[in-house]
Amino acid sequence: MHIVVLVKPVPDTASGGERLGPDGRLDRAAVPAVVNANDEYALEAALKLVEANGGEITIVSMAPAAGTDTMRKALAMGATRGLLVTDDALAGADHVSTIRVLAAALKGLEFDLVFAGADTSDGQGGVVAAGVAVLAGLPYLSYAAKIEPNEESKTVRVRRISPTGYDVLEAPMPALVVCTQALGEPRYPSLKGIMAARSKEIVTRSLADLGVEAGSVGGAVSTTALVGSEAPPPRAATRVVRDTPEVAAKEVVDFLAERRII
Amino acid sequence: MAGLWVLGEVTPDGTLAHISGEVATLARTLAEAAGQEVAGVVVAADPAAAAAELATFLPRVLAVSEPAAADRPWSMVAAERIAALLEPATAEFMFVGAGPDGRDLAGALAAMRGWGVLANATGAAWDDGSPVAEMSVFGGKLTTTSRFTGQTGIVTVRPNVVSAAPAGKPGSVEAVEAAGGDLSQPAVRVERVVEAGAAAPIEEARVIVAGGRGVGGPDGFKLVEDLAEALGGAVGATRAAVDAGWIPYGQQIGQTGKIVKPQLYLALGISGAIQHKVGMQTAETIVAVNRDPDAPIADFADLVVIGDLFAVGPALLAELRARSG
Repeated sequence: MHIVVLVKPVPDTASGGERLGPDGRLDRAAVPAVVNANDEYALEAALKLVEANGGEITIVSMAPAAGTDTMRKALAMGATRGLLVTDDALAGADHVSTIRVLAAALKGLEFDLVFAGADTSDGQGGVVAAGVAVLAGLPYLSYAAKIEPNEESKTVRVRRISPTGYDVLEAPMPALVVCTQALGEPRYPSLKGIMAARSKEIVTRSLADLGVEAGSVGGAVSTTALVGSEAPPPRAATRVVRDTPEVAAKEVVDFLAERRII
Repeated sequence: MAGLWVLGEVTPDGTLAHISGEVATLARTLAEAAGQEVAGVVVAADPAAAAAELATFLPRVLAVSEPAAADRPWSMVAAERIAALLEPATAEFMFVGAGPDGRDLAGALAAMRGWGVLANATGAAWDDGSPVAEMSVFGGKLTTTSRFTGQTGIVTVRPNVVSAAPAGKPGSVEAVEAAGGDLSQPAVRVERVVEAGAAAPIEEARVIVAGGRGVGGPDGFKLVEDLAEALGGAVGATRAAVDAGWIPYGQQIGQTGKIVKPQLYLALGISGAIQHKVGMQTAETIVAVNRDPDAPIADFADLVVIGDLFAVGPALLAELRARSG
């Protein structure tokens, strides 16, 4: 079984240092990059399936050239190899460009399943995976809490979380599955894994390599544009209550009544 | 004249999703202020009920009957029908909820039609012939305003941005034939499981009482649930509480969970780490109970009670019950 996992290097939210550069784009040099947290769940789900059924995992990223550093972290978790799509023309790429490029990257690969995270911590749009499925002509199974591929029938069953429970969806493979945290905690890379990742292959591809016309994607043809940004109004100072539970409870309820919440 | 379209989402039982009433209210308000036309579209196997409901918010709703929506992933079926229906587009802007179905729909449409997406809007305005959307980024540190560079686009709208408010008079519903030929999406739904006691969606709740590691275990969540009930709210949790198996993933708030914007967020035993903060900091009022006066949540809550939540919680419950009784 061959699983492709879409992995995005994102600024580490724990650093708290994310900011926009003078061009109005995310300043990727300002903070260390990490594997997007939701993509780690997707990778973990892929690792479990490959451990159970045999197979390989290719991680695919679209990122600046330095993205290979972050991809090594995903390789250290156990992925087999990486494919990085990087091109100067991709700076400032919007959702539509990202969808087109990732779909083009998949065209050159053979796989049974593509896994993606539910959204990314930087863009948060949560729209790219559905778009990639459309352009790559793949069945789309999203918000998975359980993934059961059947190699004999070449189908995959997915439990999709719904507002009232879950739906069981079935589709022929190859298919694209959006993974959730309900699939289980991502592992920490072992020392052995980290060592092994150093020599794993990461292939780099430009837009030309993928046969994508440079002028058709990237910041120059973005469908959206930043108009402005400002810090949100600061929250009022925190009121600290250190009374006995009974007195504190009265203060809280009074506070809620003042704000017309109760 | 530009057209604004509200893409109505349908619940498993065929009614209009709550978020779509909010999105319709936002789009109608925007259209009125801008002097533009606004209409809705509902795609479902039997769209009548949801379309009628959407028409309480909008002057005109197109109801598209698509039998396949009954047993295939709704958002992909809806995307194919909407992409065909709204062609040829002149100046058209689509509005949809930023939940799972809305995101799937927006992503599919973006790919099918090359429409840009402004994701997770927390507000919208009209400027120079097209909408501009306000978004909260970098864990709420920055509010950005963005627009489309062309004359089409999709705005996904976060829950609780506006209160759903019906229009003065209900609009018309027009039945429309599904266009676009055979569906290309092959995934089918083989089973629908409704779980007993499935919690109300936390994104829509006006009050959320949430528990973290400090709650200590599934038993501790009984207190969280009792307080949520007393306040008429929903139960939320941090990733630590979900990973520990104390509460289902659907209740998780934060970077890898839900983003919520309730009127009140009552945080019990939650330190307020950045990964959780990004999911709840736009709550109108944040009240926290925590033993640790140095916990990060003490910096951004409106009110923090320093103390043992198993002493403060029951006292709060008693006080709430006394006042409501």
